[in-house]
Amino acid sequence: MPDQNLTQPHMAQIVATNDFVVKFANVNGSGSASANGLFAKAVIRMGVPVGARNIFPSNIQGLPTWYEVRVNGEGHVGRRGGVDLAVALNPQTWDDDLAGLVPGGYLFYDSTKPMPPSKFRDDITVIGVPLTAICNTAYKIPRERQLFKNIAYVGALSHLIGIDPDIVETLLAEEFASKAKLIDANVRAFHLGRDWAKQNLEPIGLQLKHADGVGNRIFVDGNRAAALGAVYGGATVCAWYPITPSTSIAEGFMEYCEEFRTDPDGSKRYAIIQAEDEIASIGIVNGAAWNGARAFTCTSGPGISLMNEFIGLSYYAEIPAVIFDVQRGGPSTGMPTRTQQADLLLAAYASHGDTKHVLLIPGDPGECFTMGALAFDLADRLQTTVFVMLDLDIGMQEWLVEPFVWDDNRQLDRGKVITAEDLEAGKPFGRYRDVDGDGVPFRTYPGTHPTKGAYFTRGSSHNSMAVYSERGADYTEGMQRLLKKFATAAELVPPPVIQPAARPTRIGVLYFGSTAPAMHEALVTLERRGRHLDALRVRGFPFSQEVFEFIAAHDEIFVAEQNRDAQMRSLLMIEGNIDASKLTSIRHYDGTPVTARFLIDAISEKMNANAPEKETLK
Amino acid sequence: MTYIAKPQLHHPSLPSNAIGLTRRDYEGRISTLCAGCGHDSISAAIVTACFELDLQPHRLAKLSGIGCSSKTPDYFLGQSHGFNAVHGRMPSVLTGANLANRDLVFLGVSGDGDTASIGIGQFVHSVRRGVNMCYIVENNGVYGLTKGQFSATSDKGSKSKRGAENTESGIDLVALALQLGATYVGRSFSGDKEQLVPLIKGALTHGGAAVLDVISPCVAFNNHAGSTKSFDYVREHNDAVNRLDVILGRTPIKTDYAPGEVRDVTQHDGSVLRLKKIAADYVATDRNAAAAYIQEHQAKGEIVTGLLYIDPEASDLHDRLGTTRVPLNALGTEDLTPGAQALARINAGLR
Ligand SMILES: Cc1ncc(C[n+]2csc(CCOP(=O)(O)OP(=O)(O)O)c2C)c(N)n1
Ligand code: SF4
Ligand SMILES: [Mg+2]
Repeated sequence: MPDQNLTQPHMAQIVATNDFVVKFANVNGSGSASANGLFAKAVIRMGVPVGARNIFPSNIQGLPTWYEVRVNGEGHVGRRGGVDLAVALNPQTWDDDLAGLVPGGYLFYDSTKPMPPSKFRDDITVIGVPLTAICNTAYKIPRERQLFKNIAYVGALSHLIGIDPDIVETLLAEEFASKAKLIDANVRAFHLGRDWAKQNLEPIGLQLKHADGVGNRIFVDGNRAAALGAVYGGATVCAWYPITPSTSIAEGFMEYCEEFRTDPDGSKRYAIIQAEDEIASIGIVNGAAWNGARAFTCTSGPGISLMNEFIGLSYYAEIPAVIFDVQRGGPSTGMPTRTQQADLLLAAYASHGDTKHVLLIPGDPGECFTMGALAFDLADRLQTTVFVMLDLDIGMQEWLVEPFVWDDNRQLDRGKVITAEDLEAGKPFGRYRDVDGDGVPFRTYPGTHPTKGAYFTRGSSHNSMAVYSERGADYTEGMQRLLKKFATAAELVPPPVIQPAARPTRIGVLYFGSTAPAMHEALVTLERRGRHLDALRVRGFPFSQEVFEFIAAHDEIFVAEQNRDAQMRSLLMIEGNIDASKLTSIRHYDGTPVTARFLIDAISEKMNANAPEKETLK
Repeated sequence: MTYIAKPQLHHPSLPSNAIGLTRRDYEGRISTLCAGCGHDSISAAIVTACFELDLQPHRLAKLSGIGCSSKTPDYFLGQSHGFNAVHGRMPSVLTGANLANRDLVFLGVSGDGDTASIGIGQFVHSVRRGVNMCYIVENNGVYGLTKGQFSATSDKGSKSKRGAENTESGIDLVALALQLGATYVGRSFSGDKEQLVPLIKGALTHGGAAVLDVISPCVAFNNHAGSTKSFDYVREHNDAVNRLDVILGRTPIKTDYAPGEVRDVTQHDGSVLRLKKIAADYVATDRNAAAAYIQEHQAKGEIVTGLLYIDPEASDLHDRLGTTRVPLNALGTEDLTPGAQALARINAGLR
């Protein structure tokens, strides 16, 4: 065995239990994804919370991928920053993977062809396992050699960091429940790696211990959760065009509908159209919703750009629509497999003319489910487009969240719809009249009544009876009513989540979406350092009154977001007429999910600059 | 509960149809198009077709894009819901509306700019999907509403009112519809009411994607010598292939056509199309022959009109998707929401 299999005793090694970061570096298409997933699930089954992130290229085979697993017994599952154990299985990215390790960290690699010591750092511990050699001896078929190499490294790691092998065996049995042969083959590969490690290596300083930190939480990605939300929210029409990172919403919707919306005779209580482009997708959604079905599309920034004209039509002609925007790195094709929160302004003000739209901003996959369902009620209630603003980090990564809940007494809220009975009973109808003073008019579905209730829908200017009109007074009356409706929306979107600091403070932090877990961890650390911040997580647009009250109650607000141009800060300034100097921007936008360490450093640095340390530390 | 149309009070001498409505019950607002615009004649033909079909006006949804032609749904069927979408995107909106309630009749009205230029993609895909609709292109070979630019159906060599010659080749929407798998394809002329009304009736009762290309001269920008979409040009070059009447299953079948001149085609929904053949050897159920026929005549500068192709076995998008017979917009919470128990099972699978 090569020497570097032995840990080098002369330097400090990180010692930690149930609190470390492992990063796997693989080649796309090598079959590593399921092995990495097995690793993360095994840790969860040991009762230790995990945050897992796939970092992948826009490519099918050959380019580098990473899988970063945050292990944290206290439940911080956002990215921490830094890597404690690098499982470096991709020679292409060796230098970067080595550089990402924190001093005292560990480097695990396939030592079939040993690397010269010059390729290492002297402040880390190198662990070589000859994975290729082990698998080439054990397997004859090249595909098996490749595939089982992945399970074998999980086996070796299980010895090194203390993963319970029984749990791994149970997981493999569950995964291949219908293919018994595969269970045995995978278990064998797992033990190949594990046994070799046991015979040749000592466990390292990073250790897992059974704990009770997971409870009954579930491990799920936001796209699947959003798809399930659409099913529970009563969506029947889905029109979409494939685009990363949103595609798995449509696919998930299809899967759940097949299971829950298929009649015994095979007929379907849903319709899914893979449209020719995003314009057609949103057109289909508008047509279906106009005709009384609940409809949605799912897309990413480029799709929203194409949909703009229809979004304006939906706003002005008052047609419900639900759009799931799973944000990725822009502009243009940008970084299609990286995460950002950079469609905020695009979505909020999409389309020409004076327009504003309702946004729901989930902070984790659990909220993708609840907001996914809520979006349909709000779209019907407000008769307008409702965006659900996911991002790649929430949409495509599996997060540990509270189980989904549903109240069986809940009925779909179809909003203000006048029925044939209403019309027959003499209820007056004027399509765009503000009857209730909330700016929301009544509508009828096509085909309702032979002589009453028909109206003409158009994006050209119209009066309150839906008749074409170019009169200035008719136009401004309609546009003013839409503003009133928008104010009504502010009361219907989910209110912010406010978390007060341990001590009274004049400083606050405002954040949203996938920044949530890293921010929660950052706030804990900052508090330990004597930095007290009240925190508010925005969950909807138009902003609830509480958001502006929070800002008013503080001298300085840090606005943390994952885009270059501080889009949330702009939205706050525009909609709340807030003095720019009050909102200090913190931005992370390189396409990787923001880390707790980044937030801690950025906030500390700004606080040090703005207020002498002694004041805030006292 | 179903509601039956109550006829409005009209002059007692106005004839009424089988459901007691008069032609007036199928009319809409006063047209704002130029006097003599071909599009108005098509609106009149739509009114007559619906009246003669005894259609419940509120059971039809009329959709359009943007253009003079697309304005017309406001000018007929005032008791129907209408939707004036964005330019070129009527087909997607109609597709969605159709998915939501398969029990309504869907009429799409568009222009040649709306369909053959900005909306060609949506036209193509709605036809190949087999959306159950009557899609009428009011084809004047010009952008009327934006004042006379060439459209993609303008023939190569035709002249605009300003005298400019079109150097790009024209798209033949009928040939395209045939190739895309439309199951009912016809062409007519706005001024030929006798041919147009039965064609529209057949398209409205057809159970799949029906496309009608209706040449409709624009009196403001295209009705001049040199335009191949002018009244005079079309009248001179028209080669009508057949005539048809639609007889719904519930009315007695007329037999006042001499044998040999008549061909009955039973549509998927049971309605019967009666084709009156004018070209002696024309068979409207052969897609390839139809395509060849159109091209042959086009080469001679002739515009073939009539029902060019029909698939009596037509299916539609819902058949292909396998959607339930119940309109999707009529499904309630119980039909759609799997409930807390199912959710508990899903949760268990995610641990
Ligand atoms: C996105 C967009 N681009 C351009 C226009 C301007 N526009 C309105 S109608 C029209 C052409 C209509 O031509 P056609 O469909 O042939 O209708 P016609 O007026 O000839 O009946 C155009 C270009 C528009 N409304 N929307
Ligand atoms: S401009 Fe042409 S198409 Fe438009 S209304 Fe006038 S005649 Fe008709
Ligand atoms: Mg035109």
